[in-house]
Amino acid sequence: MGLFLLSGVARAEMKLNLQEPITALGRDVYDLHLLMTIVCGVIFVAVFGVMFWSVFVHRKSAGYKAATFHESTTVEILWTIVPVFILLGMAWPATKTILAMRDTTNADITIKVTGYQWKWGYDYLKGEGEGINFVSTLSTPQPQVRNEAPKGENYLLEVDNELVVPVGKKIRILTTANDVIHAWWVPALAVKQDAIPGFIRDTWFRAEKTGTYRGQCAELCGKEHGYMPIVVKIVTEEEYAVWVDGKKKAMAAAADDPNKMYLVEELTPRGEKVFAANCAACHQANGQGLPPAFPALVGSKVVLGPQDGQIDILLHGKTGTAMAAFKHLSDTELAAVITYTRNSWGNATGEVVQPSDIKVARE
Amino acid sequence: MAAIPGGADHAHDHDHHQPTGIMRWVTTTNHKDIGSMYLWFSFAMFLVGGVMALVIRAELFEPGLQVVDPDRFNQMTTLHGLIMVFGAIMPAFVGFANWMIPLMIGASDMAFARMNNWSFWLLPPAAILLTSSLLVPGGAAASGWTLYPPLTVQMGIGMDMAIFAVHILGISSIMGSINIVTTLLNMRAPGMTLMKMPLFCWTWLITAYLVIAVMPVLAGAVTMILTDRHFGTSFFNAAGGGDPVLYQHIFWFFGHPEVYIIAIPAFGVVSQVIPAFSRKPLFGYASMVYATSSIAILSFIVWAHHMYTVGMPVAGQLYFMFATMLIAIPTGVKVFNWVATMWRGSLSFETPMLFSIGFLFLFTLGGFSGLVLSMTAVDIQLHDSYYVVAHFHYVMVAGALFSAYAGAYYWLPKWTGHMYDEKLGKLHFWLSIVFFNMTFFVQHFLGLAGMPRRIPDYSLQFAEFNMISSIGAFGFGLSQLVFLVVVLKCIKGGEKASAKPWDGAEGLEWTVPSPAPHHTFETPPVFK
Amino acid sequence: MTSPEQGGTVSDRRNRSTLVRLIVSAFLMFGFGYALVPFYEKLCQVLDVNNLNKQDNSLPLNTQVDRSRSVTVEFDANLHKLPWNFKPVTGSMVVHPGEVVTIEYEVSNTRQSAVTGQAIPSYTPSAAMQYFQKMECFCFKQQTLAAGEVRRMPVAFLVSSSLPKDINTITLSYTFFEVPGATAEAAGRDGSAGTGG
Repeated sequence: MGLFLLSGVARAEMKLNLQEPITALGRDVYDLHLLMTIVCGVIFVAVFGVMFWSVFVHRKSAGYKAATFHESTTVEILWTIVPVFILLGMAWPATKTILAMRDTTNADITIKVTGYQWKWGYDYLKGEGEGINFVSTLSTPQPQVRNEAPKGENYLLEVDNELVVPVGKKIRILTTANDVIHAWWVPALAVKQDAIPGFIRDTWFRAEKTGTYRGQCAELCGKEHGYMPIVVKIVTEEEYAVWVDGKKKAMAAAADDPNKMYLVEELTPRGEKVFAANCAACHQANGQGLPPAFPALVGSKVVLGPQDGQIDILLHGKTGTAMAAFKHLSDTELAAVITYTRNSWGNATGEVVQPSDIKVARE
Repeated sequence: MAAIPGGADHAHDHDHHQPTGIMRWVTTTNHKDIGSMYLWFSFAMFLVGGVMALVIRAELFEPGLQVVDPDRFNQMTTLHGLIMVFGAIMPAFVGFANWMIPLMIGASDMAFARMNNWSFWLLPPAAILLTSSLLVPGGAAASGWTLYPPLTVQMGIGMDMAIFAVHILGISSIMGSINIVTTLLNMRAPGMTLMKMPLFCWTWLITAYLVIAVMPVLAGAVTMILTDRHFGTSFFNAAGGGDPVLYQHIFWFFGHPEVYIIAIPAFGVVSQVIPAFSRKPLFGYASMVYATSSIAILSFIVWAHHMYTVGMPVAGQLYFMFATMLIAIPTGVKVFNWVATMWRGSLSFETPMLFSIGFLFLFTLGGFSGLVLSMTAVDIQLHDSYYVVAHFHYVMVAGALFSAYAGAYYWLPKWTGHMYDEKLGKLHFWLSIVFFNMTFFVQHFLGLAGMPRRIPDYSLQFAEFNMISSIGAFGFGLSQLVFLVVVLKCIKGGEKASAKPWDGAEGLEWTVPSPAPHHTFETPPVFK
Repeated sequence: MTSPEQGGTVSDRRNRSTLVRLIVSAFLMFGFGYALVPFYEKLCQVLDVNNLNKQDNSLPLNTQVDRSRSVTVEFDANLHKLPWNFKPVTGSMVVHPGEVVTIEYEVSNTRQSAVTGQAIPSYTPSAAMQYFQKMECFCFKQQTLAAGEVRRMPVAFLVSSSLPKDINTITLSYTFFEVPGATAEAAGRDGSAGTGG
């Protein structure tokens, strides 16, 4: 054990403690953990110092004769009382930290985080950036997961849309979930809060340093539980204002011209991207799915059948299955992904589903 | 005088009119036979659960998906947990109880011999149900052994099989516990008052009460999931006015005492072994009894410390934190008592003692990481991380399993009539303790650095420690086969064991010959 | 072999009575598991967390408006696998404790058939719930929307003037769930589907 500890210390990249916190509360937690570990370590060494002394000295093989005592009221009372005081000493800072943690009032920005199987949705509810919303999905390409390509630096901890917040502001996070329980965890912010379907919970942080911080879903939420990372980008206030501005413009632009008629070649590249981000986890990049839970799209009756049927399932999900509704995607994205599935992996309908079709189906 | 019927009149012919072959084991009502079956069953399940653990560790050996897909991975973690808890550890200690309690208290058998047979034979069907669920469409339950809804509601038929298996296992352990309580309360040899019982009996009395109190609650919780899944109830569905968090409350109301159902008999075994090899009576017998009882009672009021991140009111977080910290006090008393038992004893280090010291050392480490986790603010960081995985493996493996090994080596001569191979036993211990720490100590660091539990793949920063852990796990798994060799060798032959092979051992079990004859204490001994 | 159960000795009678007591305890504890459900609801009511069934359509006890304080109330909307659009008309507003306020949510059904839903409210901070009285709310009953229907639904509420001073923001969040069975034809259509993992 000691050997491994040492070899661990020797390699600088091996982290032996909590991540470096970037919030005041995170530092409290960090210090509290350190304090607890030291106190426990001291007691451990003391108790087992006694035990190992006994192991080495009071040996039968060394001719040591056993004593016969088997109780001592004084000692027993003593080692019941002393721990009580040690625990009280520990409880004090612990209580202070918890009370500080729960104070979610006076937030500058409120962001709702919604857990989906298996991605995160962010809605800026209040404060600067109000109205922004987007979905954040793992952006690590499948070949890296399948060991067919070298893994990137932030393997499994990178997303397409990062959560961006300004430094120094109190950010209140509301959590909820769409399907099962998830948990929103960013270690450097010292924040972890379960996201429970049908209920909202809240937590908060105030970052003191800019930078990009990464976390993951912490509550088992099904097959892709390990693949729903959280990336929080802490930026300066000015950068944040720029980001909000850009994001709002982008959102307006993303509402692509709904009446434009597209060709197959125009939609499939976009459809492939949408598919990789939203569908490939279950239906697989090759469209073969993982039956029976996740049916194949190759040769699927739904995909090769009437367009309305497929549009309905994408918009509303399929009751009683893992197929969720994807109506948070834009009309163009949905049209693209449906067109893609209808013209890939040997599915050759040659059909194009237009954004306007989706728009009609939505109404 | 004794009120136990029967006697020497039929003791001479028991070998003749009993069924032979497999039917002997199916129909047996003998506590020693049933105890042996429990122990073999639990070891078999330990190997099954162990193979699942190795699949998990193989997948986690390096980043990327290599061995299983994420869905299978989740099934592995779920079944590993369920099998180890309900199929391996609990039956192992019930096996010890069956074998040793009648011998320790001078009873001829368990109180309800036939029920004892039933409670064992419920186990194999449940085990088959649980393992065969891997083969059904959709696979086994993949929601973690805690079976949290709403995820459990999404699962396929494998989930129903798991629920049914939990029901059967629960009924079995309740029946076993009823038997143990009745035996301990009513069938002690004359002169053996409760406060003169060996501590192992005390710990089992307390454990059995815990089982009777909480296993039905678990049965209720999984039944609610079953009706939520199939019969339109909405106990845990917000749409129908239910609450998924309610399940967690009910589950952990069972789940926390369950931890002590596993740990307390382990305390009992260690409390027999340490005095024997220290050649000195157990220090603070009475305070041991009180401490164990306090742990059991406290275990009922701390459950929500498993749920600090669900968003409960601050008052709740504080209450559960204080209550949890309190458990450290009686647990501390026990550790101090064991160390005081060794102090100025005349120690020798046969395999049972080595495993007991290993238990003491590592269980205390697990206790300390538990104390760290009891701090709500720290726990919120570490909840559902590998730190927790490390913590409870220190408690369950280094605690319960090491203590079970200590008990097995301690009583093997009594069971088989032969001494085990001391060299191999020591080898088993040293391999186990080295590989155990290699597997689990590094997981503390993984958790601190931010690796969540129950993930099949991880980012590159966690790679080194995971590799160390996986190598350790394979080493640990393989070293357990040494134990199988020791036991088989010991059954086949070896140095003859005397009635009392350990010079420092105390208790009625050492007054009967080794191996213990099929029928013992048909006339109860008088305990002075 | 004579098992002790078949005898009629004192010890057997004692064993039997212990057996009966323990079996009864096991059954009681099974019942206790179920009793935890109403107990939890009661406890949540007392502590005012997750209280789903609270309907304060009684008259407010105290209509004294406390103009010296103001509280920000945020409104949030979620859908649980329901083919609807659902959002508050106003995202947040500042109210004075004691003041009766009415806001509106807008909901629209995007499916080509009628759908019934039930809204479940949830609050943060959870302690705020007991000071939050709703006189009128669409969550008091199930809502059925015809195909394509758009509906504005009011919520009339007041924040009690006994609200603790340290709470100055309350979030009221609704999640609309599809009422199982109420859209039976939709369920029937998809009924043949396998279960997800």
